[in-house]
Amino acid sequence: MDWGLFTIQMLNGVQLGVLLFLLAAGLTLVFGIMDFVNLAHGSLYMMGAYFCATLVQLTDSFVLGVILALPLTALLGWIVELIVVRALYTHDHLDHVLATFGMILCFDTAVDFIWGPTGMAIPLPEVLDSHIDLFGGHTFPVFRILIISTGLAVAGFLYVMVSHTRIGMLIRAGASNRTMVMALGVDIGKLFALVFAVGAALAGLAGMLIAPITEASIGMGNEIIIVAFVVIIIGGIGSIKGAFVAAMLVGLIDTMGRSFLDQLLKVFMSSESAETSAPALSAMAIYILMAMVLAFRPQGLFPPKVR
Amino acid sequence: MIKKITALAAMGAFLAAPAMAADKVKIGFVTTITTPAGVIGQDMVDAVNLAMEDIGGKMAGLDVELIIEDDGFKPPIGKQKVDKLVKKDQVDFIGGFIWSHVLLASKKSALDSGTFLISSNAGPSQIAGKQCDKNFFSTSWQNDQTPMAMGEVLNQNGVKSVYVMAPNYAAGKNMIAGVERTFKGKIAGRDLTKWGKDAQLDFSAELAKAKASGAEALWVFYPGKAGGALIKQYEQAGLRDTMPLYTVFTVDSIALPKLQAGNLAGVMGSRNTQHWGPDLDNPQNKKFVSGFKKKYGHYPSFYAAQSYDTIFLIKSAVEAVNGDLSNKDGMRAAMKKADFPSTRGKFSYGNNHFPIQNFYLREVVADADGVWTTKIVSTVMENHQDPYAAECKM
Amino acid sequence: MTSLFRTGLPAFVMVAGLGFLALLPVLAEWVDNIFLIDLFMRLMILSIAAVGLNLILGYGGMVSFGHAAYLVIGAYAVGIPAYYDIYDGFLQFAIAIVASAAVALVTGAIALRTKGVYFIMITMAFAQMVYFTFVSIEEYGADDGLTINMRSEFAGLLDIEDNFTLYYFVLVSLIAVLGLVYRIVHSRFGMVISGAKGNERRMQAIGFPTYRYRLVCYVISGAICGYAGALLGNFTNFITPEMGDWVHSGELIFMVVLGGAGSLFGPVLGTAVFILLEEYLSRLTQYWHFPFGAMLILVVIFTRGGINGMFRWLGMKSGIGGRS
Repeated sequence: MDWGLFTIQMLNGVQLGVLLFLLAAGLTLVFGIMDFVNLAHGSLYMMGAYFCATLVQLTDSFVLGVILALPLTALLGWIVELIVVRALYTHDHLDHVLATFGMILCFDTAVDFIWGPTGMAIPLPEVLDSHIDLFGGHTFPVFRILIISTGLAVAGFLYVMVSHTRIGMLIRAGASNRTMVMALGVDIGKLFALVFAVGAALAGLAGMLIAPITEASIGMGNEIIIVAFVVIIIGGIGSIKGAFVAAMLVGLIDTMGRSFLDQLLKVFMSSESAETSAPALSAMAIYILMAMVLAFRPQGLFPPKVR
Repeated sequence: MIKKITALAAMGAFLAAPAMAADKVKIGFVTTITTPAGVIGQDMVDAVNLAMEDIGGKMAGLDVELIIEDDGFKPPIGKQKVDKLVKKDQVDFIGGFIWSHVLLASKKSALDSGTFLISSNAGPSQIAGKQCDKNFFSTSWQNDQTPMAMGEVLNQNGVKSVYVMAPNYAAGKNMIAGVERTFKGKIAGRDLTKWGKDAQLDFSAELAKAKASGAEALWVFYPGKAGGALIKQYEQAGLRDTMPLYTVFTVDSIALPKLQAGNLAGVMGSRNTQHWGPDLDNPQNKKFVSGFKKKYGHYPSFYAAQSYDTIFLIKSAVEAVNGDLSNKDGMRAAMKKADFPSTRGKFSYGNNHFPIQNFYLREVVADADGVWTTKIVSTVMENHQDPYAAECKM
Repeated sequence: MTSLFRTGLPAFVMVAGLGFLALLPVLAEWVDNIFLIDLFMRLMILSIAAVGLNLILGYGGMVSFGHAAYLVIGAYAVGIPAYYDIYDGFLQFAIAIVASAAVALVTGAIALRTKGVYFIMITMAFAQMVYFTFVSIEEYGADDGLTINMRSEFAGLLDIEDNFTLYYFVLVSLIAVLGLVYRIVHSRFGMVISGAKGNERRMQAIGFPTYRYRLVCYVISGAICGYAGALLGNFTNFITPEMGDWVHSGELIFMVVLGGAGSLFGPVLGTAVFILLEEYLSRLTQYWHFPFGAMLILVVIFTRGGINGMFRWLGMKSGIGGRS
């Protein structure tokens, strides 16, 4: 076993994990508190990336682009909540799935119309665009370290906010017993809008962090959103802690699968079929994990207490 | 009741198909317009439109009708569109096809109906070999050929071991097979990554593996958007100093403007192989490249050059039979001669209707205006025929 | 048979619709547009799948977000034997039905332990597993898919290589499946299923083992979709794992809900609207997804019960279809 390579791949897995966490955090709060299934959360991830790309082009600064794009994405989330989502709270999950599926189509087409089908690159400042040397001649890109630290910082911030502030108390209360919070006279409309906007900003942030690596492109959120759903189901709907743990699990499983599964499969199949099967099987692994978790703990790993 | 009448009227409206007129040449063109890969399709459509202008919209005195369809980067959609072109529009020729798997899915529908099928890009091994067809022609290459040329280049550069990466689909597998055919050194490792509308774009795990494999060089095939992402991550991971990058169909005039905008200067001087280049010296190519640049403001890609050729190949066929579109045998014989001005210069068709042509080594340079493009350095393979032609019983 | 009318659809509309479908090939020839046959064949095949999904979604309240997986299983049940030059249609269709029923039995047994959104997600997870399983099999084309060179053979009884014959084969299948679902829904079994949708605990209290009833229903639904998949494989002559993508499962749900979940003909109506809109909107504009998506949102916000609900919402009391 090459331990250097193993460490690098662990870091790559953690990096994917924190990205998933940024997406899943908003998703799980919206789901937990408003009982709203938002497939279009991935579209906010995409919009964040496009806002950021446009602003970086205008301002010539990546940092400035991110700082300006964050409130913009939050604003977009707030508008979406006001116009569409609010009308859907009284509907059932099936309606949420369908309406937000419609929203995905609208967002994707709108981006095609405004920015064209090409996709947009986000140039990075030189400091971020390089790599650092680790032990044993291994290297790791600086930008991926930035992603990991940003993600961990956001996780820490959310933890403090949820467990030590009044807003956080309301959020926790909302996730475990919505009716009671409403009965206590809290302006639930405002709370919902706030949570939705923050969730949008977090999803947007994830998009801004991945775009310098893969480019902003149409439909970039449509596959990762399904994985984010897997994360929140495994973690337990409404639980930030669950989302974090599950995101790390999923990120590591996916990356480790892509890294080492083909070697493993070559032991008992031809190398060509191993190379074809390995990526598919590692993608499948997370769904197997979810099915297993649901079969044994139907409420996920860390369900909020009392529903 | 009114509702029902309007419904019936609507039904009637779409039932009424345009009546067939035999005094037109109908050409269907299937490519990818939507999804991020739509950039490639757009380049092809631009080239086809330019070709239509250059021939004055006429072939042998007949008007030409062009019907462009979007395959959405998905084999089943491509097939559906070909079915529609064959059955509804009843076209005489179908061109286009960026992707090998889309072409493989669509070919039965086109060929079973006796329609001419012309691939303007994809060249899967199956159609070059056992499944070759008398009504299929290619204006591009067979998938294996370009990487075979690259394998030769690796040998010439004295590379001893290489790590290969390609998308997991028909062409990706052909490309890897191609480079392995001619490369004499060791393949240190192979990665096939997810492809399609949700293609994998983050290659962190694969690049780390490549690096750990200790290979001397990295060889990749990533057409379209994924190419830019891969080159960027290759740079960010600092592999440039230790593992030189060799590519096929990855650094082209679709990727270069973006790489230049992102100032990824590392790509300057990098080398790739191709059967064509914007600087290739022949009258047709000069006319095409200058016309394209004038009309669209940027360099054409090889996809565009092959699409431009497609229209001229069809024109040569229609003119050979004086516009008698029912004379399929005559048109087939004419196309087989490859007697049309091609952007790649003179070439001939093999028994499997794939071109026998030269492959060049190209280098990324800045042109007189500072725009990044490619320049032909040398000829790697002359009059090269693909390795599957022998399997074709035709 | 008086209860035919209880489905809400006025009999003459239904007869007119079926008559239209029966005459379509002739009409298509007449207007010299045989592509219409393909269009309506696809429409009817997906209708069969939607009717199958409706059995659990509309009548049983089980929202499966993974039914496209059974289409794939059915399609490969035709494709894999064909790959080995086995074209016996009886065998292929039997494999399609048995294999999808078996997969539905195993996954349903686990999935039905969950409720609500967890059920939606776990069915999606199982569908993704099926999808990735076929993606990982290099021998059968993996991501590139598999071309079926010849359609199923029915021992000389039926030659579906001919598009007209296949068309009527599909039409008869659709009618048969509608009949089957009608019989199921109006049987004692069907009553238990819709009873459990309304109040599972009450049904259990009366002494019905609802879990077993639901599981059987889920298996039947999967088998119907598998059958539709076998038809789809024959129709397209080309199959790919992509047919089982979660997006297609979502589209199936949409077809059911659009036409009115829990009505016999609703899914057929929904599929028709879906397919025809897709076909004709996409010709109008490259940006056709926008009006399509917007319509989806509006339908959901302003109506409950799809097109039927929409008519009702517009004040047209009669509507078409009606919910049971």
